[in-house]
Amino acid sequence: MTVHTLRIDGVQCAGSADQTVLEVARENGIAIPTLCHLDGLCDIGACRLCVVEVAGSAKLLPACTTQVADEMDVATATPRLRDYRRTIIEMLFVERNHVCAVCVANNHCELQRHAEELGLTHLDLANVNPKLDVDASHERFAIDHNRCIMCTRCVRVCDEVEGAHTWDVMGRGIDARVVTDLGMPWGESPTCTSCGKCVQVCPTGALFEKGRPVASTKVGRPFLPYLKSREEGGRR
Amino acid sequence: MSRPTFATIWLDGCSGCHMSFLDMDERLLEVVARADLVYSPLVDAKVYPEGVDIVLVEGAVSTNEDLERIQLVRSRTKILVALGDCAVTTNVPGMRNVFADAQPLFQRAYVENVTVNLGMPTKGLPHHLPKTLPVHKVVPVDVFLPGCPPSADLIFDTVVALLDGRSPEAATHARFGR
Repeated sequence: MTVHTLRIDGVQCAGSADQTVLEVARENGIAIPTLCHLDGLCDIGACRLCVVEVAGSAKLLPACTTQVADEMDVATATPRLRDYRRTIIEMLFVERNHVCAVCVANNHCELQRHAEELGLTHLDLANVNPKLDVDASHERFAIDHNRCIMCTRCVRVCDEVEGAHTWDVMGRGIDARVVTDLGMPWGESPTCTSCGKCVQVCPTGALFEKGRPVASTKVGRPFLPYLKSREEGGRR
Repeated sequence: MSRPTFATIWLDGCSGCHMSFLDMDERLLEVVARADLVYSPLVDAKVYPEGVDIVLVEGAVSTNEDLERIQLVRSRTKILVALGDCAVTTNVPGMRNVFADAQPLFQRAYVENVTVNLGMPTKGLPHHLPKTLPVHKVVPVDVFLPGCPPSADLIFDTVVALLDGRSPEAATHARFGR
């Protein structure tokens, strides 16, 4: 495997040609915030939170889907990037109805944590205030579309890990929604195995176990470290 | 030089932020040793005075009364702090904003779900605005303190920083929710 040398935030790094900027940065102790990325699932570069500046490129590039190249010069934490990241989080907040105080994921939520870390203290953009449904037809789980940020981790874990592909995306742009099967109620899905992986990977309070009160989500992902180690084993 | 003055007001919120304010406990004495609390649900003043240095605003702007009060407060205050998620984002009071106006809620609460005295009470009550608004959509806000509620530590650090004439930014570690 070809090894490339590159600079990330001025640090000399080395990575193999099939590695992403995100992977190499993390191996070198450089933290880049991510939201749609989850170790063990394929990357889609959807949330744009991990965008970085690469010398010679006029565009910002998502670290999770950009492969390293020789002599690459990457900046991950400029004031401009921080501003863009804060705006991304702000847009996610105004696009649907995120009310942290009465959310099952309060204090365990990645959206809430990013807002805090990026210093988002209030929302200047106008709230869209869409009227969205909660599907509680499944016996054990429910989805609250008010809290969904369309990271599609649920879609990917259901397809790539469980192999059921119950979840998918319907609609486009701001009208896009995650759906079970062809938009039928979750409880009537013939493909859902009720494994709960989608609930475990959800970064917000969109997918949750029924019967849990506010701020009580316990996010556990026991299967993901296994996946990650298998992935690393496969590379060697 | 005259002593600094501060105030608190309570718009559309649950009073939890004021409870958190009281949770400063013995540190309240430190605060009132340095500044006079001239207007608040916690003291007896009936009229919001002129020339207040700092005000902590709890709650969102939901009614014409809230709107008039916050505009008066802004015009008579140097530093306005939006205290807590309702003031900052509208939080729970803003959950009605998925409807065009407040009427569907009143219909549900005062007509559909009751068997006696049907109808929305109106006598002596303010009118609801079509949407509940965060404070900064109505008047300029100097400091945002999100949280449901913001902790007593956060409120204390912020008030002390403002009394010292420092920017409270470094002292705050605020988050939506709790």
